[in-house]
Amino acid sequence: MKIAVVQFPGSNCDQDALYSLRDDLGVQAEYVWHQESSLAGFDGVFIPGGFTYGDYLRCGAMAARSAVMGEVIRMANDGHPVMGACNGFQILCETGVLPGALLKNSGERFLCESVYLKAENRNTAWTEQVKEPIAIPIAHNEGRFVASDDELARIENEGLVAFRYCEANGELTEKANVNGSLNHIAGLVNKRGNVLGLMPHPERMTKKILGSDAGLLIISGFHRVLAGV
Amino acid sequence: MVTVRVNVSLKPSLLDSAGRTVANSLKSLEFSEVEGVRIGKTITLELEKYDEARVKSMCEKLLANPVIEDYAIEVVE
Repeated sequence: MKIAVVQFPGSNCDQDALYSLRDDLGVQAEYVWHQESSLAGFDGVFIPGGFTYGDYLRCGAMAARSAVMGEVIRMANDGHPVMGACNGFQILCETGVLPGALLKNSGERFLCESVYLKAENRNTAWTEQVKEPIAIPIAHNEGRFVASDDELARIENEGLVAFRYCEANGELTEKANVNGSLNHIAGLVNKRGNVLGLMPHPERMTKKILGSDAGLLIISGFHRVLAGV
Repeated sequence: MVTVRVNVSLKPSLLDSAGRTVANSLKSLEFSEVEGVRIGKTITLELEKYDEARVKSMCEKLLANPVIEDYAIEVVE
């Protein structure tokens, strides 16, 4: 399996993504510059976090319109595994591959801390291994998930909620919803389940020396999507 | 040349957390009449010629995100 780690001007979690995929998940991974118009030879895509194009206009707005994204959308539509973390989630929402949008945290502060995440729909390649709430790092200023009422109802009814912010015991308290996201939404899948976008950073916790390897429970979804699980 | 202003604002149904913070700050400066603040952005375009449909297309393809934002086009000169 070979995964493309897309680099944009301002990506800054690209190395974390590449090394977690290569060293910890044990798959091939290569950087791909955003101006590439072909992803031939790749089986999946990781869109890393960062502040692409300085977050000008809106987070992910410019990155979502770059040359490589046409190919990412094609691969997403063809059922290949595509994962976006943090800015990568914002970019996937900007392209329309995932619904909704991410706005400034309700507390108006950049949040860099550890939160708890629970899997909502466990019937997806990305969530089925997350049996208990896991502690996971976040680092974002615009992570408040929003969508129109109709869209939110559709997201919930179709089981697109992959992860919600929660307490260590899984309880959905207001305090646990650190950025004020609607319905505590921290991550979504597309309807087919091959695309995951989330604000937290599983690629930052893929070996014990980093404090936890629980991120592998999520990132190993690349294998499961390709295996058709 | 034509100057066109595009005013982009968050949809009224969405919380503008920055606007809320500014409103609180104005109140602390004793502008007690402030009941709300919303912050948008103005994008000024300089165009060779104005074609409304094309500017709308710019708004829909990049300048505004219809999921969260409204936009208004104003031809300045």
